[in-house]
Amino acid sequence: MSLTIEQRRQHRLETIEKSLSKRHRKENTFRRLGLVAVLTGLTLVAILFASILSKGVPAFWQATLYTEVTFDPDVIDIAPKPERQEGETQYAYDERMTQWLTQAGLVNWQSLIDASLEQALGEEVEPRQLRDLRALVASGERYALRDRFTEDPSLLGETVSLKMLASADVDVWVKGNIDRDLPDARLQLSPQSRAWVDVLQEQDVLRQSFSTSLFMNTDSRSSLASAGLAGAFMGSLFMMMVVISLSVPLGVSSAIYLEEFAPKNRLTDLIEININNLAAVPSIVFGLLGASIFIGYLRLPLSAPLVGGLVLTLMTLPTIIIATRASLRSIPPSIRQAALGIGASRVQTVFHHVLPLALPGILTGSILGVAQALGETAPLLLIGMNAFVANVPGSPMDQSTALPVQIYLWQGNELRNFFEARTSAAIIVLLGLMLSLNALAIWLRKKFETRW
Amino acid sequence: MDTSTHSSASSSANSESTNARERAPSGAMSSVSVGNGENRVSKATDKVKLKAEGVNVFYGDTQAINGIDLDIYENEVLAFIGPSGCGKSTFLRCLNRMNDTIDICRVEGKITLDERDIYAPDRDVVLLRAQVGIVFQKPNPFPKSIYENIAYGPRLHGLAKRKAELDDIVESSLRRAGLWDEVKDRLDKPGTGLSGGQQQRLCIARTVAVSPDVILMDEPCSALDPIATAKVEQLIDELSESYTIVMVTHNMQQAARVADRTAFFHMGDLAEVDTTDNIFTNPQDQRTHDYITGRFG
Repeated sequence: MSLTIEQRRQHRLETIEKSLSKRHRKENTFRRLGLVAVLTGLTLVAILFASILSKGVPAFWQATLYTEVTFDPDVIDIAPKPERQEGETQYAYDERMTQWLTQAGLVNWQSLIDASLEQALGEEVEPRQLRDLRALVASGERYALRDRFTEDPSLLGETVSLKMLASADVDVWVKGNIDRDLPDARLQLSPQSRAWVDVLQEQDVLRQSFSTSLFMNTDSRSSLASAGLAGAFMGSLFMMMVVISLSVPLGVSSAIYLEEFAPKNRLTDLIEININNLAAVPSIVFGLLGASIFIGYLRLPLSAPLVGGLVLTLMTLPTIIIATRASLRSIPPSIRQAALGIGASRVQTVFHHVLPLALPGILTGSILGVAQALGETAPLLLIGMNAFVANVPGSPMDQSTALPVQIYLWQGNELRNFFEARTSAAIIVLLGLMLSLNALAIWLRKKFETRW
Repeated sequence: MDTSTHSSASSSANSESTNARERAPSGAMSSVSVGNGENRVSKATDKVKLKAEGVNVFYGDTQAINGIDLDIYENEVLAFIGPSGCGKSTFLRCLNRMNDTIDICRVEGKITLDERDIYAPDRDVVLLRAQVGIVFQKPNPFPKSIYENIAYGPRLHGLAKRKAELDDIVESSLRRAGLWDEVKDRLDKPGTGLSGGQQQRLCIARTVAVSPDVILMDEPCSALDPIATAKVEQLIDELSESYTIVMVTHNMQQAARVADRTAFFHMGDLAEVDTTDNIFTNPQDQRTHDYITGRFG
């Protein structure tokens, strides 16, 4: 009898051992698969970042001409800048000022730039070669020169050291973003221009400088080299302000109501299901909705950050509601009972105890929702935010574009050699913004986290 | 109910609690000297504090409590015992309307506090809970400082005008809960950092701070070790001088040690309520007899 018990014990142990090796095998396989999955993900992210950084970082430096420009009185042959006279009405003064500015606009500023380049090159340029010479400088620089003069007319006759952006073609050529062995017909710069570029580089007139234009300028189609992100950045900022000021209060308060106060019935069930469904609606559908309601029906302006913000608010709301509800639900019911048990009302219970404890989760959810909205492109295309806007918006009602849309627009620009890098640089700016938002979310969570 | 009998106290409660000991021989409780078992004296008066008449409770379609009538006297310690799921906690939570927070819960019948219906439409539940406090099974201090835990209730009800008054309330409440000496140097430390037993006494102090008439306790010691349990039991005895205490317990020895009267619940019925002595020595109901002798439960 005892033998059989011993045998059965042995048998049992063997069975368990057999199943053990199988279990271990399974666990190891699972662990390896998990590791492979994580490594694959990491590799892809690394490739993404490597590609964007390698393309985008060089775009933060741009070919720039350091030249001496003389504000030649022979060329700038205009009356002195009008000054406000005693007894003169504002209207009359403005009138005179406009006339003067028009005069200033008619000055051949380009010839000043030509002269300064001639000086730098140390040679006279024949009139038929002017075209090749002007191909070297960003076309926007003559307006920059004009603006500089109209702001400070005392420059007349002076010689000033100036930084001028080289044209996009020069930048591409200098950075080697084009195959130099291509036949002349397929190169953007003429042989003469290329020769001059070499001379200017040798003399250290043409060198790489940090591209402030990328941050300070708006998009440009006439002077590609000076196309910048300022307009898109401000547009995105205004949209984020609209999104944060609408979606966070709306989302958090509706989540609090649904989770803590709403009766559980068919209606609230229906609302809950629909909120979950809304989170899964493709974002472009929200764009269509925004176009028909905000623009078609409410007649809000096209391409305005306000409308973009409203559309993104609609898109972000379900995310914030779901995150907030999950965060509220994770607060142990014992806390609610404790507060109710001493005689706190339900509102007091929620606002004194539940909400402060749920705050880290709510903040994290909200910030992630807003970050998601920041990167959204599709719905903005439908409300006209892909328009070419050459102004920095001053209010949410002004026309504007947004960072992700700017990336989309640059990505489609025909001067690929130049804008590929520009696009990646814009992506870096956008990613930087998103990463800092996410970092803020993590920091806030850590700051407000409470131990039970 | 003859009120003169229950004031005769549970002088021989211990003799019957041996029944329970047989059931749970490892019973750590019995090895702890509680110091109030045999010689505790009931402070109950014959004034009815809480009165339940024909109380039915439903969770959705399921009836959890079947027509309970019960009188609870001022300053008595009344224990609810019974097997799991018998409705004792549910009934306890009816007494300060904590069941209101459960959507599917419906209460019928009449419960009066000082002869006023607590389920009357014009009755403010906030005021009711200030009069009938509750201590839960699991210690649930707020994740705030010890001071804030106690001060929250008085501040909520505007019981203290000035900081000094509030300080007084905090100190006296902690003293009543026997916690003052242990925490007086760290009132600004989180209440969640205390040990389980201290947390439960903090919760009792928190309830006491609002000066209720009645304190409900829902298995206040079930999450505590024997020493902490002993302290809480002693505290209950002391509190019964000024408060009416109704407690649910799973531990029959505990009922025998601290309760003036004991009510036995079974499947939603109030099977029997009598002095603790009688319940443990001479139960009238067969179900009570079976339960306390360990046939089920």
